[in-house]
Amino acid sequence: MNSVLHGVLAFVQTWWVELLCAVLIVAVVPLIAGYIVLVERKVMADMQARLGPMRVGPHGLLQPIADAVKLLLKEDLIPTNADQFIFWFAPVLSMTVALTSMGAVAFGPWFQVARDINIGLLFVVGISALGPLGIVLGGWASNNHYSIIGAMRSTAQLVSYETTAGFAIVSGLLFAGTLKVSAIVEAQHADRVWYAFLAPVGFITYLIASIAETNRAPFDIPEAESELVAGYMTEYSGFRWSLYFLGEYANMIVVGSIGVTLFLGGWLRPFPNVPWLGWLDALPTLFFVASGVFCVSRAGKQPVRVQQLLMWAVAAICFAVALLFMLAGPYEVQPLHRIYAGLYGAFWFLLKVGAYIYVFMWLRFTLPRFRFDQLMRLGWHILIPLALVNVIAVGVATALSSGLGMNRWLAMILTTGGTLLVGMLLIRWNDKHAAAASASTLAASSEVEDSYAG
Amino acid sequence: MHEDATHKTETLLGADELILNMGPQHPSTHGVLRVKLKLDGERVIGSECVIGYLHRGVEKIAENRSYQQFAPYVDRMDYVAAVSNGLGYCEAVEKLLMVEAPPRARVIRTILTELQRIASHLLWLGTHALDIGALTPLFYCMREREEILKIFEKYCGARLTTHAFRIGGLQYEAYDTLEKDVERFCQSFEARVQEYSDLLTGNSIWIGRTRNVGVLNSADCIALGASGPVLRASGVQWDLRKAMPYAAYDQYKFEIPIGTNGDTYDRYIVRIEEMRQSRLICLQAIENIPAGPIMARVGKVLKPPPGEVYHSIESPKGILGYYVVSDGGTQPYRVRIRPPSFVNLQALDKMIRGHLVADVVAIIGTLDIVLGEVDR
Repeated sequence: MNSVLHGVLAFVQTWWVELLCAVLIVAVVPLIAGYIVLVERKVMADMQARLGPMRVGPHGLLQPIADAVKLLLKEDLIPTNADQFIFWFAPVLSMTVALTSMGAVAFGPWFQVARDINIGLLFVVGISALGPLGIVLGGWASNNHYSIIGAMRSTAQLVSYETTAGFAIVSGLLFAGTLKVSAIVEAQHADRVWYAFLAPVGFITYLIASIAETNRAPFDIPEAESELVAGYMTEYSGFRWSLYFLGEYANMIVVGSIGVTLFLGGWLRPFPNVPWLGWLDALPTLFFVASGVFCVSRAGKQPVRVQQLLMWAVAAICFAVALLFMLAGPYEVQPLHRIYAGLYGAFWFLLKVGAYIYVFMWLRFTLPRFRFDQLMRLGWHILIPLALVNVIAVGVATALSSGLGMNRWLAMILTTGGTLLVGMLLIRWNDKHAAAASASTLAASSEVEDSYAG
Repeated sequence: MHEDATHKTETLLGADELILNMGPQHPSTHGVLRVKLKLDGERVIGSECVIGYLHRGVEKIAENRSYQQFAPYVDRMDYVAAVSNGLGYCEAVEKLLMVEAPPRARVIRTILTELQRIASHLLWLGTHALDIGALTPLFYCMREREEILKIFEKYCGARLTTHAFRIGGLQYEAYDTLEKDVERFCQSFEARVQEYSDLLTGNSIWIGRTRNVGVLNSADCIALGASGPVLRASGVQWDLRKAMPYAAYDQYKFEIPIGTNGDTYDRYIVRIEEMRQSRLICLQAIENIPAGPIMARVGKVLKPPPGEVYHSIESPKGILGYYVVSDGGTQPYRVRIRPPSFVNLQALDKMIRGHLVADVVAIIGTLDIVLGEVDR
């Protein structure tokens, strides 16, 4: 007994930082995901000329918590004919995978979520590739035709877009030369450029693939509400359903973080090497001061005492952070400076991830949904070849600039131009091919006579 | 229908067929339509429509009500275009009574019916876009539809099932600012239609989802009895407002938009254009509303002479016909209704063969059916 206790203690002593991070991820990420849902609903409402949630809390701020409570209190239903264990296991898997891959994401130079492992990016990509398994298992175990179709679609979609995302990531990695998350950002600092500018095609393909990977519109065909009711989630309700939901939103944060780390300079401020843009350094401070002033100005107008106190509290936090930024910025005092650097990096990082996720939302509320065959055609006929060509082009450009001493930008422009040309050819070929293919299948199927014809 | 158990359709990978029961509870079967789909993977190889979940026996009810009492019931058939339903019924009974509504009543009827056509098409556009996955147009369409419903509410107090018209004319005089309200709506509406067009018409995903989906050529349309935008999208210029004018349509200039391919995209274009034309009709009508009575001289108790009459109008969904038989009593001997949605729904099986599940939803949407009208 004693030895077990000692073992546990020793384990905790060695790994306490990681354990703390794990607890933090499990406790905080669902909350963040819940609030992303609220933001999404607000953004959606804004685009659709309405207000969105307004009832629970000021401007609906407590809506995610109310929703979570409601979902927790719901009846826990497992259909009689479902595979009980897999039905239970699938959403847990989806959620676990999404949360685990958060572990290697870095918010700032000092703010590694769990650990700065040397294969960080590979870890994130590898773990999050397990996510589709949860969806497939859930769809299979539900024993429902809608679910099985959703699972089928999901398998095909995620496998093909994972490939695109992989190639796109490789094109960024060729510049960085490392898989370590912090080193990738440092490399962009040293190269004096975000890789989104060096490999624009890689960035765009990654953006598209990451939307498809997270099952977001216009690629949300596994759960296409108007076709498959809820796709693989049809039989899920209550908290099991919300696990899938949280998994989806956590996944959005993960793919956003990868995209930002690899292509948008991670926690670096925009143009970190341009001296005359140095005033951007003061932006976080100004932002927090402005938010604090806004809260103070609005606090008196709140109708309820609790709301006033809340506003004052938020204002106080904003001012405290701003003060920290102002005081700690110029001085190289440890550990104050480390905290400052971490918070400062996190500010830019979260801002970029927020912008990335906003693009997701924006597309979701603007575009109609792809059909399954169109989605696969886009993936296999256009994106995967394009990403492949892009990897080769980036390789050639790197060889030209480092081996033959060609100007790096010139090499990049040449190869990007070549990649885009290939892309245009692919699209033209696909357009021709697609029309012919759909016409032939339609013609073939209309000849089939069957007993269903009335 | 005979099901041959030994007959098996060839599937792509030799896999089993999948029977998918779509509806009656499904987000996009527009009510309680149930479609039994036979699928090969995702491809539809057979289908069967099951209707009747909303059957209320409207035609039978007519035989136990007086002519005026039955009028509100027809509003409940196509409940998103109640005004058009009411117009058809009132005009049918007027024909039976051999009276004509006064000119003022006919013009006001035309205005309200055209507004109703816009409202119905707006609801169709919003839900059709939603079926195809575009979330936002629904709310824009609802916003405009709300303006129309407000006009209805001001006119007769009801928004949805309005019972706006009476046999012989109108019960209510047009309220003071009717013209102004309609004009204000029409002025703003042009830009709004353009907004929907900007969101969808040129969108390559939208085109990909609707072009060559659910193609119905003109011969098929005529053979199946399809009417309304479904017929016109396949290139047949047949609109009862021009072909057999009723109400006050012969006084106004408007075009009948037609399509060429008869696919889902053409039907979308035709309906968008029809909204523009309806707006023009409204603008022409409010310019000159004749003065005079709003009610023809009909008695309190309607006793049409024995006989029968068929009257059809161009409702937003297609040709809406009423066949009313009188035996000289105070109640109709028989009322038979030709609902456009019901007839258009026949084309569903032909249209979805060979398409994917996602297209089925798009095609149900493009037919613009209302189950209240299909089932009656």
